[in-house]
Amino acid sequence: MASEGDRRPDPEVARRSRLLEGLRLEGEGARGVAIALLSSFVFVAVVIVAVTQSAGWPEVKRAFFDWGDISNAFPDIARAFVLNVKIFLVCEVFILILALVIAVLRSLPGPVFFPLRALAILYADLARGVPTILVIALLGFGAPALQLQGVPTSRVFWAGVGLILIYSGYVAEVYRAGIESVHPSQEAAARSLGLSRFQALRRVILPQAIRRVIPPLLNDFIGLQKDTALVAVLGVIDAFNQAQIYSNSTFTYGAYLAAAALFVAITIPLARLTDWLIARDRRRQQAGSAFA
Amino acid sequence: MRKLALLLLVGSLAVVAAGCGSKKESASGTTTAASSCAKDDLNLVTTDQLTVGTDNPAFPPWFGGTPHKPWQVSDPNSGQGYESAVAYAVAKELGFAKDEVTWKHVPFNNSFAPGPKSFDFDINQISFSPSRAKVVDFSDSYYDVNQSVVVNKGTPIASASSVAALKPYELGAQLGTTSYQFIQDTIKPSKKPSVFPQNAGAVQALKNKQIDGLVLDLPTAFYVTAVQVPNSKVLGQFAAEPGGEHFGMVFEKGNSLVKCVNTALAKLRSDGTLKQLQQQWLAKATGAPTLK
Repeated sequence: MASEGDRRPDPEVARRSRLLEGLRLEGEGARGVAIALLSSFVFVAVVIVAVTQSAGWPEVKRAFFDWGDISNAFPDIARAFVLNVKIFLVCEVFILILALVIAVLRSLPGPVFFPLRALAILYADLARGVPTILVIALLGFGAPALQLQGVPTSRVFWAGVGLILIYSGYVAEVYRAGIESVHPSQEAAARSLGLSRFQALRRVILPQAIRRVIPPLLNDFIGLQKDTALVAVLGVIDAFNQAQIYSNSTFTYGAYLAAAALFVAITIPLARLTDWLIARDRRRQQAGSAFA
Repeated sequence: MRKLALLLLVGSLAVVAAGCGSKKESASGTTTAASSCAKDDLNLVTTDQLTVGTDNPAFPPWFGGTPHKPWQVSDPNSGQGYESAVAYAVAKELGFAKDEVTWKHVPFNNSFAPGPKSFDFDINQISFSPSRAKVVDFSDSYYDVNQSVVVNKGTPIASASSVAALKPYELGAQLGTTSYQFIQDTIKPSKKPSVFPQNAGAVQALKNKQIDGLVLDLPTAFYVTAVQVPNSKVLGQFAAEPGGEHFGMVFEKGNSLVKCVNTALAKLRSDGTLKQLQQQWLAKATGAPTLK
């Protein structure tokens, strides 16, 4: 484990956030800040001038940035957004479980388990290869069309199933990366202590693997959160569909901005949490290497 | 760093200059208002061609004929179907021969997108509304439309005989139509309505009984029952609201062509052509009971 710490950058550097990195490296504090402020100011001013002076700006301003339009649409879209959040939270739980099963199947050793491994690989390939919108449309309209007894017809249900199937493919690969990053000696040591293969996996491999992949897992959930908008293809009124309804009744796009703001309001905290977890993980590993 | 700042500054000034330049260019290139409706004075996208937009697939009874690529379901070039026939009648009034009319696939969302239009007018069952008219110009009415509801025969909703009786059911509409607004404002159902981005989705959901009723304009409703959803029926039409709802052709805001098309439409109305075309193509779309 010690060697892993050695490859990491100097902790002092690692502590600095990306955004300010260039600035601090500039050295002489105040001067660097002044230059950064000035160049940011010039940059923003230039972008604003360039955009507002463009030929199409008055039309774009009316179509996209009409405050009355945005604020009229916002309350309905916010109400519809609750559905997106619900889908996201429920799917997340099932994805974490299904993906772990697939990842474990794929990492089973020995020739006996070849069919299971092959199935897991096929699944991950298919799930990641087919566009999510197609899967949702096929399941949402196709499965109820079978008219089988006991098969739900709820479109939200089938959209959720589609998202779970697709995202499990991605998340299984993330888990697999975590499992493979645990050195084989860990399993060998666990088995030599008398743990069964399953116990070694459960008590030794997975705890290390999952901790390492939490940041990329969160990354996938940010993606999932956005993809909940795909239920709109099934006619369900979520935040995106509600925004479309507004846009189509007024022929303006302010409603889309309102919907975007809601999605961003959720993804930004998630993204910062991911950054924080990565930083914490890095600190812990470096602390570990100091003892070794 | 200083060099970099300078580079940034110079680069951004160039962007501003380019922005200003493009503004002047377009200012000098604005469309000159045509004073007369003589064919040579018309403000057209392509000289000597009337470019008419509609969505693809083009559905009966608005469009007819056998489909030729790239058109699906029917062919606007056929002159068959109400909207195709009206477009050719207007073209004739403006002095265009049949082969001087070009049809262009314009998805509904593109008909009101900001920026220059790719069509002279778009004819696609688009309802006039004051807020839409702020963004595009509408011609006068070429069809006064009533909303109606399609249901599966033998389902509970099929015995409803008033607007109030529709309240407990799950209703659907197509995105971009005024039908959704109608559901919300007039029917006020207790279950959340659905809004489908495509006709195909709305029809499939009705077939699957994922929705109880589909609200759409009466002529399209008759097409849905006759062709798209076996065992369905038009439950009834809704009395027109005060002032009525009508379809208008969509033009780029400020296009001088609107006046000329309105003159043509007025003539077609007064000489009975519009009425005759409605008899020919939309005759089926009458005998539905009115729900009160």
